[in-house]
Amino acid sequence: MLTALIILAVLAAIFGLILGYSAIRFKVEGDPIVDQIDALLPQTQCGQCTYPGCRPYAQAIANGEAPINQCPPGGETTILQLADLLGVEALELNPEHGEESVATVAVIDEDNCIGCTLCIQACPVDAIFGAAKQMHTIIADECTGCDLCLPPCPVDCIDMVPVKTETSSWKWSLPDNNKTAPKA
Amino acid sequence: MQQLSTFKGGLKLDGHKKMSTSAAISKIPLAEKLVIPVQQHIGLEPDIIVNVGDKVLKGQLIAKASADISANIHASSSGTVIAIDKQDVPHPSALPATCITIETDGKDQWIERQPVKDDYKNKTCVELLTIIREAGIVGLGGATFPTSAKLQGCDQKHIETLIINGAECEPYISCDDKLMQERADEVILGTQVLQHLLSSKQTVIAVEDNKPEAIASLNSSLSKLGINNIDVAVIPTRYPTGGEKQLIKVITNKEVPTKGRPADIGILCQNVATASSIYRAVYHDEPIISRLVTVTGEAVNNPENVEALIGTPMSTLIEQCGGYKNNVGGLIMGGPMMGFALPSDELPITKACNCLLTQTTEQLQLPSSKACIRCGECAEVCPANLLPQQLYWYSSSKNFDRAQDLHLFDCIECGCCSYVCPSHIPLVQYYRFAKTEIWAQEKDKAKSDIARQRHEFREARIAREKAEREEKLRQKKEILAKKKAAEAGKADPVDPKKAAIEAALARVKAKKQASDVEPKNTDNLTEQQLEKIRQADARRKQADKPATTEDDKK
Repeated sequence: MLTALIILAVLAAIFGLILGYSAIRFKVEGDPIVDQIDALLPQTQCGQCTYPGCRPYAQAIANGEAPINQCPPGGETTILQLADLLGVEALELNPEHGEESVATVAVIDEDNCIGCTLCIQACPVDAIFGAAKQMHTIIADECTGCDLCLPPCPVDCIDMVPVKTETSSWKWSLPDNNKTAPKA
Repeated sequence: MQQLSTFKGGLKLDGHKKMSTSAAISKIPLAEKLVIPVQQHIGLEPDIIVNVGDKVLKGQLIAKASADISANIHASSSGTVIAIDKQDVPHPSALPATCITIETDGKDQWIERQPVKDDYKNKTCVELLTIIREAGIVGLGGATFPTSAKLQGCDQKHIETLIINGAECEPYISCDDKLMQERADEVILGTQVLQHLLSSKQTVIAVEDNKPEAIASLNSSLSKLGINNIDVAVIPTRYPTGGEKQLIKVITNKEVPTKGRPADIGILCQNVATASSIYRAVYHDEPIISRLVTVTGEAVNNPENVEALIGTPMSTLIEQCGGYKNNVGGLIMGGPMMGFALPSDELPITKACNCLLTQTTEQLQLPSSKACIRCGECAEVCPANLLPQQLYWYSSSKNFDRAQDLHLFDCIECGCCSYVCPSHIPLVQYYRFAKTEIWAQEKDKAKSDIARQRHEFREARIAREKAEREEKLRQKKEILAKKKAAEAGKADPVDPKKAAIEAALARVKAKKQASDVEPKNTDNLTEQQLEKIRQADARRKQADKPATTEDDKK
């Protein structure tokens, strides 16, 4: 009886030590679920979800404060991926936050730009190049199409144009005979 | 020669090749305008190195490969560059792409050439690869993957077996067949260059048994040239034997691992037309500026094989072959199994264009697709050992992860599954949809990762700048505070202004004191003198009250 108790106590102590050690040794820094959610978000940093950027929205989703259907740039794809990751039901995109539209890129009408730098300060990914009283231009490859540079422009010289499909970025469409497609 | 093997699946199809093989290869006359697309290969677009108005010679480099996986583009004939702009190109998207338009001068004048010829045997691997790369050679079997990239580092990869692919398994197409029949020497000499380059132990030219003339021609050429280390393997006709992995299985009974390359198991495959281009590059210093095209199908009058310059309009080829029949319904680039429909024939011939297949209006009438009945025929015929039904399920429901788990990317899009499907489901189109969709998602992911990085960098920069500003402000405040403390510490400030004022005050005080001093020599004065002194004293006193000074003077 006593032997059994001692053995159990010793075992409990050993396992306790192992667990305690590994809790310190293998401690996960940060919140991995936030990183995983953030990795799925499109990183436009547009704020349409009402959060100031993608990471804050990821944080809000992780905390259960926001539903997964507030990201118009990500659209259906992102919602499906988030639902898959979090094991929740996929929702329709909430129209309050905007509609899923084609990817756009900002273009500065360089004849009208007065070089005020306001758009440079607004751009969340530093995709606008220029200096005070110098014409600005967009680095199209870096532009996420977030629209954030539009409101501050005092002369309305920025346009959002749809990203052109080239032969290299073209996609095959789902066959027309979609009636035969099975439901997932 | 070892025993031939077989691959799983595949189909026995009607060849329809006889219709285009009776006539000899004919040359297409020089077109007035050649529209040369700069992207004719897999990989990055090359950099254009000519300008509008430039005179170019036949074989002159006009667009230079921009990366390892990219290819040079050359002028197909001499003339003037009249446009560099977006034009319609043969691509399933039917989207325009950048093209260089050359107005030909009719002289067809070659640029100066310096072929290495038989001297290639003294060249190193790198030098030979440079020749192949300079000539803009890409895989002419259909994939148009840059050949130099495929051969890169192959001298270290220990290639045991070199397979020259002359299977040409897709119905209707016969350009490789005609090439082997009429230009067997070119194929064999090109193969020898590859053999030298790779120092392969075994070299096999694989030809399907439905091309007896090609086999005979290759064999007679081999004996004529006295070559005994190249075998001609006659393989059974079965679609898609011409697929790289399928051919390797047939010839060597080895399977290329998924996500692996044939070179991983010591095998390299090249198309016969690619071998012939290598011959032309080495023996004639000729880049790829033309190719053989099979113009065939039920809706063209005289189906045949023609040699056309890259950039020649397809309509010219059709005319050369007697024009369309009245029942023409459509035009396909490539074969009936893997080709794609073209929106018009006013498109240029490219390096990838092995066949122009005309279709009758009846052939275009496809039965509408019905629901999948789970018969499993598609899995039976799949030469890549995939589960087409499951792939279809997951692709159409956009469940791309599951589709990839089932090796979607091992699908060679041969079309066997669609061909046998009793419900006429366009299965391959679903796989193509899923593949391009996955690539687009990967691109988006890469782009969003960059955006995240840039955003985080920006946030960090703003935070850093703010911290720096605060730090500067703090330092300034600190310096000020120190100064004040120091001033408070000293008894009197050493301010020069204050000192000057005080000094002036002191002088005035001294003067005042001086004025109170007892006057000297006041003894023995007359009454008048005393009176004057009294008056002066009174004036002095008056002077101390400045407001009244003037009245006193009066």
